[in-house]
Amino acid sequence: MTFVDVVILLQAESLFKGDASDTLIDHAYAADLLSDVLALTEERTTLITGTISPQVIRVAEILNVIGIIFVRGKRPSQEIIDYAQRLDIPMLTTRKTMFEACGLLYAHSVRPCKNRSALDD
Amino acid sequence: MNTNFSYDVHAGDIEQGGSASAALKSELRKIGICEEQARRAGIIVFEGEMNLLVYATNGGTVNATVTSEAITITIEDAGPGIADIDLAMTPGYSTAPDWALNLGFGAGMGLVNMQRNSNFFEIHSHTGKGTLIRCRVNRRKNDAAD
Repeated sequence: MTFVDVVILLQAESLFKGDASDTLIDHAYAADLLSDVLALTEERTTLITGTISPQVIRVAEILNVIGIIFVRGKRPSQEIIDYAQRLDIPMLTTRKTMFEACGLLYAHSVRPCKNRSALDD
Repeated sequence: MNTNFSYDVHAGDIEQGGSASAALKSELRKIGICEEQARRAGIIVFEGEMNLLVYATNGGTVNATVTSEAITITIEDAGPGIADIDLAMTPGYSTAPDWALNLGFGAGMGLVNMQRNSNFFEIHSHTGKGTLIRCRVNRRKNDAAD
């Protein structure tokens, strides 16, 4: 499904319509701890998070994130939205919980990105 | 020819946290470092600068040197130092304050993640004096083709 399809599925609000908004979303990783996102993802992915600190977009930049889905109605600052726009990383916000968002996406064939567990060493 | 990059990280400067790593990754891509190596260097510096921001009394510095063989990253501060490095390197061990947790950090994965993304990793720390971390990411032979 595309990012535009995800907006409809999650009854979400697109925070900006980037050129990448027709990007295919087939993998995702969900976490509020950006430390875990940095440490445990092993490929480009869509990020599902409730964290709206300034670091979220910088983590997205470092990891080449495909797009960000903010859950629980969290809305990042305009500075973060502007930064994402410059990077062309589409972002949306949904009132759904992380659990609901993940469940709906999984039911529509979105799968976990390649990742490790903190126990893998 | 070596290329050098240097960034100052100020203690507690939440707004700028992650900016050194984002800047370095962008510079590395511009000089032809492939995405995978730039990502690994970016992760190392991100974890390092968040540590400086959260823990170092007066912040610290991040330096990166790129040669034809490798990207070498040095992260240095002047205190307070780490009393037990083995404990600090234990996945999940963290002494992060609540404000760092609210930013999404402090999961106790930082040093481990720096090591995982390095081909070479060393850490030296003395309580009251400071900490020095040196990481090397080997370059691929055909970076320019990426």
